[in-house]
Amino acid sequence: MSRLAATFEALANSGRKALIPFITAGDPHPDFTVAMMHAMVEAGVDVIELGVPFSDPVADGPVIQRASERALAHKMSLRRTMDIASEFRKTNQQTPVVLMGYLNPIEAMTYEGFANAAQRADIDGVLTVDLPPEEAKEFSDSLKAREIDPIFLLAPNSSDERIKKMDEIGSGYLYYVSLKGVTGAGHLNSVDVENKLQEIRKNTGLPVAIGFGVKDAETAKIIGDIGDGVVIGSALISKIEAHLDEPELAKHEIVELLTTMRLALDSLSAS
Amino acid sequence: MTEKYNMPDERGHFGPYGGIFVAETLIPPVQELNAAYQRYMNDPEFIAEMDADLQHYVGRPSPLYHAERWSNELGGAQIYLKREDLNHTGSHKINNTIGQALLAKRMGKTRIIAETGAGQHGVATATIAARLGLECVVYMGSVDVARQSLNVYRMKLLGATVVAVESGSKTLKDALNEALRDWVTNVDNTFYIIGTVAGPHPYPAMVRDFQAIIGREARQQCLDQTGRLPDALVACVGGGSNAIGLFHPFINDTSVKMYGVEAAGDGIETGRHSAPLSAGRPGVLHGNRTYLMSDDDGEIIETHSISAGLDYPGVGPEHAWLKDTGRAQYPNITDNEALEGFHALTLMEGIIPALESSHAMAYTMKLAPTMRKDQIIIINLSGRGDKDMQTMARREGIEL
Repeated sequence: MSRLAATFEALANSGRKALIPFITAGDPHPDFTVAMMHAMVEAGVDVIELGVPFSDPVADGPVIQRASERALAHKMSLRRTMDIASEFRKTNQQTPVVLMGYLNPIEAMTYEGFANAAQRADIDGVLTVDLPPEEAKEFSDSLKAREIDPIFLLAPNSSDERIKKMDEIGSGYLYYVSLKGVTGAGHLNSVDVENKLQEIRKNTGLPVAIGFGVKDAETAKIIGDIGDGVVIGSALISKIEAHLDEPELAKHEIVELLTTMRLALDSLSAS
Repeated sequence: MTEKYNMPDERGHFGPYGGIFVAETLIPPVQELNAAYQRYMNDPEFIAEMDADLQHYVGRPSPLYHAERWSNELGGAQIYLKREDLNHTGSHKINNTIGQALLAKRMGKTRIIAETGAGQHGVATATIAARLGLECVVYMGSVDVARQSLNVYRMKLLGATVVAVESGSKTLKDALNEALRDWVTNVDNTFYIIGTVAGPHPYPAMVRDFQAIIGREARQQCLDQTGRLPDALVACVGGGSNAIGLFHPFINDTSVKMYGVEAAGDGIETGRHSAPLSAGRPGVLHGNRTYLMSDDDGEIIETHSISAGLDYPGVGPEHAWLKDTGRAQYPNITDNEALEGFHALTLMEGIIPALESSHAMAYTMKLAPTMRKDQIIIINLSGRGDKDMQTMARREGIEL
């Protein structure tokens, strides 16, 4: 069983929800990321999504765009992101790491070349924003052959037919994008999310993590009540951005925020 | 190529190129667009409405003009200019914006967005949005806003909102990124009019089909005027919409050679250029797989060209396919050579070409002398140079 499947199974057995932070690898500096990952684990996160910086992040809002630009200014790349994951793995064998990014850096390595490198780095899942299932067969197969989970996005306008497609080709979990828009956008409507989740559940047995619009303990609790996990990204990166000269302070604030979110999510299983 | 050309396949593939590479939220609108495009391109009423606009609003057919003096000067092939510069708004871009805007209207969309580089596509979009009473937002890199200020002013006069994009290289690719972000946020009421043969399927095929009127007219006009087909076609290639518009109706005429001219900027060897077919590699950007200017890590490289309209790191996927199959050739022309082409046409024929089209002129100056006097070249004169007066004057140290 993959590390992601085992993690979601253990969470389900204990009635808990996954807390999944997203940070961009190498932001604000390559030396910052591994320590930040360990600190987030201590704050109680279950899975880490590690953003791979890309020059043209079309699905991201301004906060994550700027994170990408800062990381690229330090020559961060897909290969170096995997080096960071390897480094993290040396002292943490249980927390799954998911790479989230765009297809072109993977194409530049070739699918096989990338899958081999990801396996060596002990990567658990790969979410490629601009690779829909219709074009993903070859890539998904090369990941699955190495027990790496290909993770797919679902949107508010995804049809039943498409949800079934993701269920077939994806594994690990599905990532439900709760808003039409880019990362870091607007506020979400929990009734809409709840209705859509019912539709999604009818078509897949995979765990569903929900992201876009989660920014604090309160929104985490609302969303955690609906899905199997919550993803928080832009709100964390905003803290890095607010303290570019004091990364330790940013780390402290991120840990604080994740801790309150953890408590909020765990209050769901207690009630 | 003996079989009849029939690209792309159902899912928008030109061989390994093209396809649909977008985030999930954009899949339903892309599918909705494809359904509407398939339906209306076979709807005689829609075609009649579009043809009437092209005739009475744009001024089609555009002339095919024999540049006799310039041909004699170069001493080789007879040069004919397909005068897309004479279209309403000054370039070929309006052929496509009319098609897509009429499609948007049929689909019940009330808001139009577009990206623009030189501003020609932005102006053509703002123009048709004004005529149809649709809200219009145009994204333009802030570098381009500065170097094409005349077109920015035209768009504003036409009632469009121009958003200066400050991210990345602040040019055409970043304008496209921002337009895609707008679309994903406002998919319900918004139609994205892409200006070139890029983007996810069906855009590359759809924009080609709207631009193919250039080649259909040119083919017939050449037969009417000379009794034969041309020997060569020449057009500049940024994204490649004017080139594919000219080329496509000739693809099965195997005696007709095709030359798509890329922008070599300061020179291919300097790395400061916009020539992915000449010096790039296959990859995925803006919804399709094609040749890109990208580094070993797969990051997109900043491009350079004197012409804002060619300053783009990708190229339409059909051009990638035509290159690989050898059906078309893709030479390149530097900034300085393009300027020679600009001045040559201006002085020899009294026609001031856009800096984009000047790349096609410059390549023709190399090609024509290698051909016989009874041979024929058709160049797509895709736009007029009025918008470039400031750039030209600045280069010569003149304040207008």
